[in-house]
Amino acid sequence: MPLVKLNTPGGLTAPVADWPLLAEDAYVPPTGPVLVPLATWLAGRDTLKDRPDTGVWLAAGDDATALGDDLPAVVAIRFAAFTDGRGYSQARLLRERLGFTGELRAVGDVLVDQARFLTRSGFDAFQVAEGSDLVHFEAALGRFSVVYQAAADRATPVVALRHPSYWSAAE
Amino acid sequence: MYQYDTFDHQLLADRVAEFSDQVDRRLTGALTEDQFRPLRLMNGLYLEMHAYMLRVAIPYGVLSSRQLRGLAAVARTWDKGYGHFTTRQNIQFNWPRLTDVPAILQALADVEMHAIQTSGACIRNVTIDPFAGVAGDEIADPRPWAEIIRQWSTLHPEFTFLPRKFKIAISGAIEDRAAVRFHDIGLRVIRNDAGDLGFRVWVGGGLGRTPRVARELRPFLPAAQILGYLEAALRVYNLHGRRDNKYKARIKILVDEIGIDAYRDQVEAEWHAAGGPALVVPEAEIARVADFFAVPDYVTLPDATVELARWRGADSGFDAWMGTNILTHRAPGYAAVTVSLKPVGGIPGDITADQMDAMADLADRYSLGELRATKEQNLVLPNVRQDQLHALWSALRSLGLETANKGRVTDIISCPGQDYCSLANARSIPMAQEISRRFADRRRLDTLGPITLNVSGCINACGHHHVGNIGLLGVDKRGAEAYQLVLGGDAGEADSSIAQITGRAMTAEEAVDAVEVTAAVYLDRRQDAETFIQTFRRIGVTPFKEAIDAAR
Amino acid sequence: MTQQIVTASRLADGRVLFRAPEGWSTDIHDALVFTPEEAAAAVTRAQGEPTRVVGAYAVDVDDAGLPLLGRERIRVFGPTVAPYAAQLEA
Ligand code: SF4
Repeated sequence: MPLVKLNTPGGLTAPVADWPLLAEDAYVPPTGPVLVPLATWLAGRDTLKDRPDTGVWLAAGDDATALGDDLPAVVAIRFAAFTDGRGYSQARLLRERLGFTGELRAVGDVLVDQARFLTRSGFDAFQVAEGSDLVHFEAALGRFSVVYQAAADRATPVVALRHPSYWSAAE
Repeated sequence: MYQYDTFDHQLLADRVAEFSDQVDRRLTGALTEDQFRPLRLMNGLYLEMHAYMLRVAIPYGVLSSRQLRGLAAVARTWDKGYGHFTTRQNIQFNWPRLTDVPAILQALADVEMHAIQTSGACIRNVTIDPFAGVAGDEIADPRPWAEIIRQWSTLHPEFTFLPRKFKIAISGAIEDRAAVRFHDIGLRVIRNDAGDLGFRVWVGGGLGRTPRVARELRPFLPAAQILGYLEAALRVYNLHGRRDNKYKARIKILVDEIGIDAYRDQVEAEWHAAGGPALVVPEAEIARVADFFAVPDYVTLPDATVELARWRGADSGFDAWMGTNILTHRAPGYAAVTVSLKPVGGIPGDITADQMDAMADLADRYSLGELRATKEQNLVLPNVRQDQLHALWSALRSLGLETANKGRVTDIISCPGQDYCSLANARSIPMAQEISRRFADRRRLDTLGPITLNVSGCINACGHHHVGNIGLLGVDKRGAEAYQLVLGGDAGEADSSIAQITGRAMTAEEAVDAVEVTAAVYLDRRQDAETFIQTFRRIGVTPFKEAIDAAR
Repeated sequence: MTQQIVTASRLADGRVLFRAPEGWSTDIHDALVFTPEEAAAAVTRAQGEPTRVVGAYAVDVDDAGLPLLGRERIRVFGPTVAPYAAQLEA
């Protein structure tokens, strides 16, 4: 399935080819692009981390913090069902706890109507269905101009807009 | 009351636009029902037996007269002229059209109301003590904290697809009137020895098919740190709560399975890793929100002891109402009044649009424009002058809203049951109506004293039967409706207990008889001034069981 | 022999519908009575009308064409509780 990426706030790039997800215990091809499972990455990190076209994919049950400090350039979090919200916590842990600055992809069962929750949690690339209309996706991204919480996207929460002096002191 | 600023209004406007778009896409087929269902549920829209049902949040149960008029207008314009107050301080409309829901949401937004997160696997409407801010036994007002939590939880990006729904309750008084130990997280406002404001935090309480009394997560959390701490508690649940079985997905099961100590360790570790005590709600924001709940300008009044005594002596109806429906107020000369939505033979929690408008007028006239919705499915006028109580009562009488039964056996809490709800095993409302008729006699009510009676149409326990002193649960007996009687539940923090089963399921008629037998056993066995629950605790369930079996 | 009707909710307003000779009807008297096999086929066909009906299923009925189960009867006739039971025609 194609992948779209955030470019400017609210905007999306044209679809590009997504990287394949390698199964657990599968043979790791000598070159990418490929996304390997967490266990494969942890076992072969020393060689894999120098490959620019090799990233990691996380299943819903994986501990995102296990990636530690030695981070790949691309991480994909796989949503087996869009109702399984573990990926949002994994994404925030990656961004806010581990300081991951690479590309964070939401892959699998991802709905347009979750776009805002995804970007707010730190995702900046999304798998979309073949031929899907990006107009809805972009509309969903631009839908909310106000947020009540601080999250991984660094959007300014309402409380900071209400009390600017407090926020600048805290930053 | 809290009043929206431009940010709050903007968020709601964006939300209405979003849902209107989602409805359009569903109607044209761009969204499948499977995709649309979680989206509509996140907006409180269910598809029930006869029609859609829209559940509107009454944030922590606090309503202005203007908002109540707004609800009346919704009932009249887009529904069938009535609404139903729920056990979670919300209101439900039973007949809206999907195509009208965007217009309804817009009308609600105009009065600063919404249906956001009234369903779905997300953080639900925070519930609190309906007497917050006016109760004589209050330690601190929970309303500002409920509003702060409401905002934080609204469209929270991380916690909108939790393993299951998540309910938070806050109580700020000595008597727990919010059932904090029966919520996913219960917060008890307290002061520590140094006099600082904070919360005692409970976790993993709940009803449903696995009723649990919450366990203590933290004896004291400084109040300003609440959001950071909740975020950690929710994150651990989001990551580790079970998702393989929806009956095991609530946080109570996670706490059961890993143990309260392990859960606590994980929450504390997560909280500290995220910044811990440094994550605070800014002083200025706490002050801003608290200002909306400042003590109103009460007139300095003496207690109206003499007039009240005279009116009570002259009118037995007023006397009975004063005996049950009035709570001591913090301000001398005032009272907090419960308006019972449980007339004899009525539908618990139902109110017509005309009654809503009339109640809004009474709130303006007698209660500084404010009302509360209670988890007992009644309304409260929180700020009534004692010297106006008789006038208020007379006005209520002309509306049929003067029933004197708060806390009595006919103050029945009931879910909609099979008359409306597609999950039900049995009807709840007719059961409540029949019991209400049987016990209607004033002397009987007074002799029985305080008793809670709860009816749920299925094990989901929306009628909170597990915490009723007397509880009835609808079960399915080969396609026919049947009821199980449970006894001894109590929702209060200090004495929380889950009701015990008395025996096998019965027909509706047998069940009503069994309630009569239960009342008789209590009257026969009680000592001195024992209440029902006190007698039950002393003698246990067996004497009740035996008498019920003998009567069958 | 088991007889069934097929019911669903109308997407636009959630009202109860019955499979009738000409499409769907809100009136139980229009409901077609099916064998279980025919009913199953009608339920499947209803999935082809996702912008019209939601949640189609088959219901066992008696010789008068009325549901056997109490729950389904309530669905047909509306809530059993007054005073609103009278308002259901709308
Ligand atoms: S307890 Fe059961 S029957 Fe009653 S409203 Fe809840 S789900 Fe419906």
